[in-house]
Amino acid sequence: MGLESEYEIPVLTTTVEKMVQWARRSSIWPVTFGLACCAIEMMAMSCSRYDIARFGAEVFRGSPRQSDLMIVAGRLSRKMAPALRRIYDQMPEPKWVISMGACASIGGVFDNYAIVQGVDQVVPVDVYVPGCPPRPESLIYGIVQLQQKIARQHLT
Amino acid sequence: MDGPALIALLQQAVPGATVESVPSIDLQIAIAVSRDHVVDVARVLRDAPELRFAFLAELTAVDVWPREPRFEVVYVLVSIEHRLRLRMKVRLHGADAHVATVSGIWPAANWLEREVWDLFGIVFDGHPDPRRLLMPEDWEGFPLRKDSPVQIRRPPHVAEALQVTQEEFAANVERDRLTRRG
Repeated sequence: MGLESEYEIPVLTTTVEKMVQWARRSSIWPVTFGLACCAIEMMAMSCSRYDIARFGAEVFRGSPRQSDLMIVAGRLSRKMAPALRRIYDQMPEPKWVISMGACASIGGVFDNYAIVQGVDQVVPVDVYVPGCPPRPESLIYGIVQLQQKIARQHLT
Repeated sequence: MDGPALIALLQQAVPGATVESVPSIDLQIAIAVSRDHVVDVARVLRDAPELRFAFLAELTAVDVWPREPRFEVVYVLVSIEHRLRLRMKVRLHGADAHVATVSGIWPAANWLEREVWDLFGIVFDGHPDPRRLLMPEDWEGFPLRKDSPVQIRRPPHVAEALQVTQEEFAANVERDRLTRRG
């Protein structure tokens, strides 16, 4: 506070950590990765009616190397699991994962041999969004939860 | 052409083949053919001028385990010329589940037979490309068999990321650079 009143120019003081946290949480770029019907809700969330651009996460990248967030939108088959892991491994740190919907979180109605019963067996998940499929509002809430989580992550 | 006429024609064209009528819940003609004569019967069905079943609409299988013969391979054929549909079945025992491929008659059978092999484990002798179609390449078992478990509890196969040391990474980069230069 001392600094702002001493100089009569607009100056804000903060810490590097807070600034980095603010920058990270305000521009979460998800990788374009839809697996099933949840991806339709994910697209609705990114379009103008729900408009995830309000939270800085509208830039769906075509390459995992430019992405911060993977939204696992749909059921993950055992054949797809190595591909999902590979895309996750290609994303640069720091990176986060949202498990969207019942199928991605616990297998959903597909309790059978072909579907992975929860993507947390394959990648570490930060936020689980329940629903079948979740409405776009739910996914936006999940992204806001993730932003709060990022704001609490320390740099060291 | 009705069912009895078709069966009489096939039996006359392929001597030694067993062709019989099987129950059908709709009006579609359904026949069962002995395993050893599938290719000969298929060729007659495609080429005979009064049949011309040129279109293989579907090739699938049914498992009626624990009854024997447990497998029925079902060929659904369409004659566009004569506006006919035909359901042809081949019955197979579980211990001896193989049948000759018809991919030489209808090329569409190639992937359909791969699918049946993948999910039921029925071998198609002489198939040009006998690989799995839907399941992962390292899958064990045939999931649509009735004695195959529906729910399995085992972790998914996930390849680990390539781990290299800094020296190996530098050596790889150097090697690639030299290779590109030629």
